[in-house]
Amino acid sequence: MEFKSFLIKYAEIGVKGKNKYLFEDALVKQINIALKKVDGEFKVYREVGRIYVDTLSEYDYDEVMDALTKVFGVVGICPLVQIEDNGWDDLKMQVISYMEQVYGHKKITFKVNARRARKNYPKNSVEINMDMGEAVLDAFPEYSVDVHNPEVLLNIEIRTHINIYSMTIPGPGGMPIGTAGKAMLLLSGGIDSPVAGYMISKRGVQLEATYFHAPPYTSERAKQKVIDLAKQVSKYSGPIKVNVVNFTDVQVYIYEQCPHEELTIIMKRAMFKIAEHFAKESGCLGLVTGESIGQVSSQTMQSLAVINDVCTIPVYRPVVAFDKQDIIDIAIKIGTYDISIQPFEDCCTTFVAKHPVTKPTLLGIEKSERKLEKIDELIKNAIENTEVIIAE
Amino acid sequence: MEAYLDNSATTKVSDGVRDIVVKTMTKDYGNPSSLHMKGIEAEKYLKEAREIIAKSLKVQDKEIIFTSGGTESNNMALIGIARAYKRSGKHIITTAIEHASVSAAMKYLEEEGFEVTYLNVDKSGRIDTEELKNTIREDTIIVSVMYVNNEIGAVEPIEEIGSIIKEKNPNTIFHVDAIQAFGKYKILPRKLKIDALSVSGHKIHGPKGVGFLYVADKVKIKPIIFGGGQQRGMRSGTDNVPGIAGLGQAVKEAYTDMETKVSVMTELKDYLTDCFLELEDVRVNSRKGTDGAPHIISVSFIGVRSEVMLHALEEKGVYVSSGSACSSNKPSVSATLKSIGLDKEALDSTLRFSLSDTTTREETDYALDMVKELLPKLRVLRRK
Repeated sequence: MEFKSFLIKYAEIGVKGKNKYLFEDALVKQINIALKKVDGEFKVYREVGRIYVDTLSEYDYDEVMDALTKVFGVVGICPLVQIEDNGWDDLKMQVISYMEQVYGHKKITFKVNARRARKNYPKNSVEINMDMGEAVLDAFPEYSVDVHNPEVLLNIEIRTHINIYSMTIPGPGGMPIGTAGKAMLLLSGGIDSPVAGYMISKRGVQLEATYFHAPPYTSERAKQKVIDLAKQVSKYSGPIKVNVVNFTDVQVYIYEQCPHEELTIIMKRAMFKIAEHFAKESGCLGLVTGESIGQVSSQTMQSLAVINDVCTIPVYRPVVAFDKQDIIDIAIKIGTYDISIQPFEDCCTTFVAKHPVTKPTLLGIEKSERKLEKIDELIKNAIENTEVIIAE
Repeated sequence: MEAYLDNSATTKVSDGVRDIVVKTMTKDYGNPSSLHMKGIEAEKYLKEAREIIAKSLKVQDKEIIFTSGGTESNNMALIGIARAYKRSGKHIITTAIEHASVSAAMKYLEEEGFEVTYLNVDKSGRIDTEELKNTIREDTIIVSVMYVNNEIGAVEPIEEIGSIIKEKNPNTIFHVDAIQAFGKYKILPRKLKIDALSVSGHKIHGPKGVGFLYVADKVKIKPIIFGGGQQRGMRSGTDNVPGIAGLGQAVKEAYTDMETKVSVMTELKDYLTDCFLELEDVRVNSRKGTDGAPHIISVSFIGVRSEVMLHALEEKGVYVSSGSACSSNKPSVSATLKSIGLDKEALDSTLRFSLSDTTTREETDYALDMVKELLPKLRVLRRK
């Protein structure tokens, strides 16, 4: 069955009081952006608390669904049949033909849910429910009515036009991008950070990212992998500006000067400093990481506390309480998993101690860092030596 | 300055090859299967390439099948011959250090019910011919041994192997993967008792995506690709005229002054080997002189992970390979390096430098300088 129109359902943004129109405008804008990459012509518009997408040309259903199901703020997408009001008998025929095409003669339970927005329609909603239910039952004896828990909720909306719909394709939920400010994601080639980026942007947050590249210890392919990850996340979040920081000198210097069991902690503190620099520069309101308590030595609560201490802006950790498998499930769903598990890992193992500290103290780490006289200069150089890549 | 020392991964196409490829793509672009003049013109290129190649091996034209490259040649030889001979026996012999296009095909054949014996190699990467002799059985249908190993340049005693096979079981088919050897040795299949021989174009300055398989006329082989019946039904699919014409040209060039080119490469290899051996904690896994292939040097820089060294050299414009390039995007331990008994330290730190006849002393000197410069720096960061 070919649908000419889609009804976009949204939940959370419906309850934002006077700010409601801001959110709706943002959602319309994001839907438009998403549909720009789809072949065909579309019209996205608001009408009495509803958002509709009309198709003005030929289009590919799967391609449109793929785009719409990635727009944050969309709770559901209902493919819609829109007809003119040509009297009750015509409506009956149209509804029966709709059911025939969508469900055929399968055994289903259903309920008619009529809504009469145009009050001069000759039947009221209760009458429509009853009469249409009967008509459908007559046409499909194998169907049965279930008013409490129907498999199919057949919506009939009497407006200027009449809308018929019964399917809802779930959207990602969340809030439209651009309604919550901007954040700086610390992006690695792993599984967790892209998921963290996805989750935070699902709350309407625009993303920017920082990646630490350490040639020759990390390869050009590892960098490409990170860009590919950013591209995949950008399908949901919109374009991501990726700051590729050349981190080698900082890393080597720390390696030479500090106790090896503290390397990762001190290195991460340097990374956070650099990321924060870029965050402030571009007006980000916080950092985002894929850290999860206890996953590795640098992600114990003690380590997180010591690392966190270098930051002056909030650090958001959307997966902090997630098990690895839960993170993997999301990564698979959003399509980053297959990229993350590509084997060009950073050859950073050189820089990982065999027995890293799991319970560092701020005092201890700061004492070790005092030996790093040149670190500020090296960090400054690293910041200056940053390549910017737009992932979209 | 740039030094491309990854010629076992692929080589630069020669000017002569480029010209003939462009010509067959833009001027004589017909389909050899077409009946009109354009088709006939294109067919001439195939015929000529086939003649050049057949002549270089001193075999018949009809014994050459063009393929999409080394992998297809090896696959076709092993799978095609195994299927044709499965009634005579189900036993196949190969070595533990074959390229993936042989070893993965063997895995497939094992699933199909064939029994495969893998011969071990010694420290230098050569098989034990006594062991081979004892392994060949009455139901052994194929022995497949690579001529030159792609990772360490080990040269297998092909002539001796050929004699042993035919002595023990004249019905056993001898297949040789000559992808790293062709163009470096004058290979005469009849003299060496080779029944099938795989060759790839892009290792000898030819185009990628083309190669050939020599199959002796008397050997039965079943096709593994089906379609329009090109190449007498052995390998369907529109003939890759530009690739094949380029391959023919590349073979012609490879056989021009081959001995001189090989002796220059060998000299360069030996020189580079000696220089590496002077460095502290550096081991060379390949062999000097004619004990090894003329173009492959395998070096372990103990204490520096191979990938790190590779990328550090890359930054200086020196291109080499870790393990074998065809499989390098999955960092798994090399079966070859393991088979020749390298310890963990050496396994992790082995690079391959591979030369071509166009490699200059200037390039190798530059590469050497860069190694000397980088080695101490990178060793500071040994994992503690």
